[in-house]
Amino acid sequence: MKILVAIKQVPARDSQLRVQSSGRWIEQQDVSFEINEPDAYALEAGLQLSEKAGGEVVVLCAGPAGAAQTIREALAKGAHRAIHIEQDDLGALDPLAAAQLLAAAVRTEAPDLILTGLQSDDAGYGQTGVVLAELLGLPHATIIMQAEQSGSGIRVKRELEDGWFQHIEMPLPALLTIQSGISRLRYATLMGIKKARTKEIRRVTASDLGVTPAPVLSIERIYAPEKSKQTQMLEGAAGEVAAKLVEKLKFEARVL
Amino acid sequence: MSGVLVITEQFRGAWRPISWEALAAGQQLASQLGTKAGAAVLGSGIGTLAQELAGKQLDRVYTVDHELLATYTADAFTAAAEQLVRQMQPEYVLFPHTYQVRDFAPKLAARFQQALVSDATALAVRGGRVLFTRQLFQGKLNADVSCGGPPPWFASVQAGAFRADQVRPGSAAIEAVPVSLDPALIRTRAEEPFREAQRAVDLSSAERIVSVGRGIREKENLGIVEELAQALDAELAASRPICDNGWLPMERQVGSSGQTVAPKLYVAVGISGAIQHLVGMKGARTIVAINKDANAPIFEIADYGIAGDLFEIVPALTEAVKKAKG
Ligand SMILES: Cc1cc2nc3c(=O)[nH]c(=O)nc-3n(C[C@H](O)[C@H](O)[C@H](O)COP(=O)(O)OP(=O)(O)OC[C@H]3O[C@@H](n4cnc5c(N)ncnc54)[C@H](O)[C@@H]3O)c2cc1C
Repeated sequence: MKILVAIKQVPARDSQLRVQSSGRWIEQQDVSFEINEPDAYALEAGLQLSEKAGGEVVVLCAGPAGAAQTIREALAKGAHRAIHIEQDDLGALDPLAAAQLLAAAVRTEAPDLILTGLQSDDAGYGQTGVVLAELLGLPHATIIMQAEQSGSGIRVKRELEDGWFQHIEMPLPALLTIQSGISRLRYATLMGIKKARTKEIRRVTASDLGVTPAPVLSIERIYAPEKSKQTQMLEGAAGEVAAKLVEKLKFEARVL
Repeated sequence: MSGVLVITEQFRGAWRPISWEALAAGQQLASQLGTKAGAAVLGSGIGTLAQELAGKQLDRVYTVDHELLATYTADAFTAAAEQLVRQMQPEYVLFPHTYQVRDFAPKLAARFQQALVSDATALAVRGGRVLFTRQLFQGKLNADVSCGGPPPWFASVQAGAFRADQVRPGSAAIEAVPVSLDPALIRTRAEEPFREAQRAVDLSSAERIVSVGRGIREKENLGIVEELAQALDAELAASRPICDNGWLPMERQVGSSGQTVAPKLYVAVGISGAIQHLVGMKGARTIVAINKDANAPIFEIADYGIAGDLFEIVPALTEAVKKAKG
């Protein structure tokens, strides 16, 4: 089975974000980057499936030159090779444009299964995988907790709201968007890191792929959210704030 | 029609309550644009649901009733919604942001060379243009987003962003919209939805809850929050990653895929405040947040905030509570 995993690099989870002077995206210089968390689980699911079924795991990543770091880490964990679509202004792409870019690269590969994370931790549209499936004419399922090969197709467990789940079966090729936290992530071994250095990363650009990304959504302005409540911030040393809080909870909020 | 079409959602013949919030958003958008709102319901045997919609201030209620829509599949719902939108030609199509909408609305929008403005928290009309507000970076920043290209434009609204009790009553005619669906077009085979084992812990009736998130770093550190919970006579709860890791059982998870709670006191320890967590607890009367990041979104909904290291603050708080209780 040939599995393609689409991954994205996003600002590390505890980054302090500053808005660019254009007001349309964040300053990229001051943050460190890491793999989008749900994508890490998509990669893990892909590696596990390929260990059972044999075949190849190809990582596909659109992003600036610096995304090569995240790609290397995926190769070190066991992906066989990678395609890096070099694209700088990811923040300006909407899910349609991003999926158009990815679709053009996928067409040259014809995988049996495509996995993505269910959403990105930066823009968080939660659509790129679904739109990619549509552009490629593939069946898909979202928020996937488990996937196993079943005959010539795949059977998956999908998360619904309020503690409901559902099994879905579909023929291959297909696309799944993977939920975070569904398995234990592997670490790259020393051997894996060494091997990754020799693995192929094919670099392409949008124009190589014959695509001019044309987003329809545009971010007009980004800003810090307003508070919906009057928050009393308590300050001081630990013992001091603890005493203040207890005081407030007892006499102001009356919940103790 | 040239106005706003709200595509509502039902699950097994009952409304998803967030459908009313989307309807409120649709009415609001239509009145700001000086146009009309219609609403559609898709499914099989949906007559009574349509009747209920007909009691709202709407231009029309559209029913898309087909046996292939009895169980949800992305292929059938996309095809049906596509035919509906092509026939009605609305300018804006609004959805409630549900898991089902996440599953098919992006596909639908792509068929119109559009993308969905997903999970919008607000909307405003400025100079004839609609700006949708949505969260970026897990709630750390907001963005105002506009739609380009020719209509229809698609957006979904976040749970809790619009108020169901603001849906204006009225009366609307019901129109059945015929669609042709071919069983061969459905590529997925969906089995019956199911729930996993019943919950042994019911957090919904707890008066006080201490909830712990990934800021706790390791399972071995849970002791300090357990002690705080004990001192406060509170139940222990957690964000999803803590339960995913198996550090606490799933039944203690709060949020969109866990329990919804409304205690008198909710203490969030090392929880960032992602929307999927907030929907499960923002009904709490008093919310305390302890987080080392003063910009963490959890502080936006907290009554009392302490920006600091939980490993210092939690033990001190436990001591202070014990002292106050004598
Ligand atoms: C479909 C779907 C369903 C979901 N359902 C749920 C759900 O039901 N419930 C849920 O909770 N999540 C749910 N999530 C996940 C959600 O999006 C977030 O990823 C999750 O809530 C984050 O958990 P957290 O706040 O514990 O972790 P993080 O976001 O990692 O936050 C950790 C916080 O701890 C703080 N911190 C770190 N160290 C310290 C310290 N020493 N002292 C003080 N503070 C510290 C950090 O500043 C940070 O704010 C769902 C996601 C999806 C996509």
